[in-house]
Amino acid sequence: MSGAIYRQSTRRRLLAAGVFALLALLPPVLQAFGQEFYISFAARVLIFALAATSLNFIVGFGGMVAFGHAAFFGAGAYTVAVLMESGVASAAIAWPAAIVVAAVLALGIGFVSLRTRGVYFIMITLAFAQMIYYLAISMKTWGGDDGLSLAVRSTFGPLDLKNDATFYWVTLACLGLCLCLLDRITHARFGRVLQAIRENESRMEGLGYPVLGYKLLCFVIGAAMAGLAGALIANHGQLASPNLLQWTQSGTLLVMVIVGGVGALYGGAVGAVVLLLVEEVLAHYTTHWHAALGLILLLVVFRAPKGIAAWVHGLFARAEKHE
Amino acid sequence: MTQLILEQALNGLQFGLMLFLLAAGLTLVFGIMDMINLAHGSLYMVGAYLAAAVAAASGSFVIGVLAAVAGTMAVGALLELAVLRRLYTRDHLSQVLATFALILIANEAVRAIWGDQPVMLNAPEALSGPVEIAGFSYPAFRLLIIAVGVLVALALYIAVAKTRVGMWVRAGASNREMTEALGINVKRLFTLVFAVGAGLCALAGAMLGPLLAVQVGMGESILILAFVVIVIGGIGSIRGALVGSLLVGVVDTLGRALLPWLLRSFLPGEVAAHLGPALAAILIYVLMAAILFWKPAGLFPARG
Repeated sequence: MSGAIYRQSTRRRLLAAGVFALLALLPPVLQAFGQEFYISFAARVLIFALAATSLNFIVGFGGMVAFGHAAFFGAGAYTVAVLMESGVASAAIAWPAAIVVAAVLALGIGFVSLRTRGVYFIMITLAFAQMIYYLAISMKTWGGDDGLSLAVRSTFGPLDLKNDATFYWVTLACLGLCLCLLDRITHARFGRVLQAIRENESRMEGLGYPVLGYKLLCFVIGAAMAGLAGALIANHGQLASPNLLQWTQSGTLLVMVIVGGVGALYGGAVGAVVLLLVEEVLAHYTTHWHAALGLILLLVVFRAPKGIAAWVHGLFARAEKHE
Repeated sequence: MTQLILEQALNGLQFGLMLFLLAAGLTLVFGIMDMINLAHGSLYMVGAYLAAAVAAASGSFVIGVLAAVAGTMAVGALLELAVLRRLYTRDHLSQVLATFALILIANEAVRAIWGDQPVMLNAPEALSGPVEIAGFSYPAFRLLIIAVGVLVALALYIAVAKTRVGMWVRAGASNREMTEALGINVKRLFTLVFAVGAGLCALAGAMLGPLLAVQVGMGESILILAFVVIVIGGIGSIRGALVGSLLVGVVDTLGRALLPWLLRSFLPGEVAAHLGPALAAILIYVLMAAILFWKPAGLFPARG
């Protein structure tokens, strides 16, 4: 039995490695077809995949429906922009700083918010995110409503991030590392306990686990990864925009997670890719693409209630049963 | 100074009462069906647009408001029967996704019909000037909003607290299964509640239309405030919604008017000018976080 499970997860990891190899080949392929513009678009998709993945860790594995993830995403972006403004352009300093700022922020917000449950947790995380949003747009030194633009992209050792293909590969590496890390975490003891807490919190409390600590750490890890995604998005558009902090951003990330599959490791990434691709394609055909997107989302709710990842999972499980 | 404080307090009261119209429907939907409806703000937008269109066509603000309320109630009932009804048994995440989709569709529909530009909705001519009360002047239209808000709040209180249907609604909010077991058709009751909630949204949209801009996206910004209100008040509680609305309306309005001035008295001007607006904008969120910290289920929890 355990052998079968081992074989399964090995196969899935191989598959994931294959997908990443294919993704790494994307820039030269696009260049060959003269579609360089789409390299930058692909990088944006990967960044949102990372942000949605980090939220999915909190929502899907920690069982906490957080509606303020934009706060951490935006905090990462603003950290990089503010550091750039004061002359620190090195990614080696700025990006870890973005991660730390998002994590510290999450520590404080999580500590207060985790006192509440369910809907109240949704609303209190939203409240904190809104506070940070309003704080950011009222800071004249941070550009107010216009946001803070970056003069250049971060310097990254010998790599030249100004090159879109290089930036794409760095982003892909960040996403890959984070996914590997989350894969390890969810299969380790910490991740098991976390998922048990999601299933039955009072029982785990009764068994003597420090439930609050586990949930807080999960919240902080997710936020830290969102901080990294924020650092990337600031570099991508060379702008830390207040839009990144707005509640609609939290909503979009949550929608990506739900579309992709709550609690599936790749759910966030799948959702981000699907949503942004569908947006891009629809926008090509009609100016009223928002309505079309809305209809598609309704279709997902009623036809694929557990998200795309679960649906694909189901296909896999059926295929493996046939063997 | 007293003039300013009094005026801002009245503005806060007026804004709070309009928030209450939105929050009342939202809190009942939330309380009875345990359903997160992000599209509630869209009904407010639809109401404002309908009011503007009918008022422009008929030349009468009153006809515009009445048509908006009736039209939006119909839209709400239709929405409930066609889409939302299927979501009650689903988890919160599915509800968020589905109603988020409804926002996208509603915004696009409004944009397709009325275009991107904000639409004008004018207050009735007779009420455009100020009135004198006890030696200070206040816009007549805002006074009308306060009067309408108080009347509707009172009517809603009587309907919920004193009538049989209201009793069912309260029973449904505190324990839905038990109410169903007692033979009340909660499903049909809920379609009614939803339609009334939509009508109240439209009323708020139509009354606030002349003060705020009637434009696509107007629903989203006020939706968040309405959620803040019902969370502060306690989900499912009409009384909580009223207290929460007034609290949020007054704190937000007074904070914006007085905080910068207060800060200036003990901080250097430069810092106060930066800090004032920021603090004022986050004041209600601080209030909400503080209330949830000490009372994690809001001020008046409906479920005991």
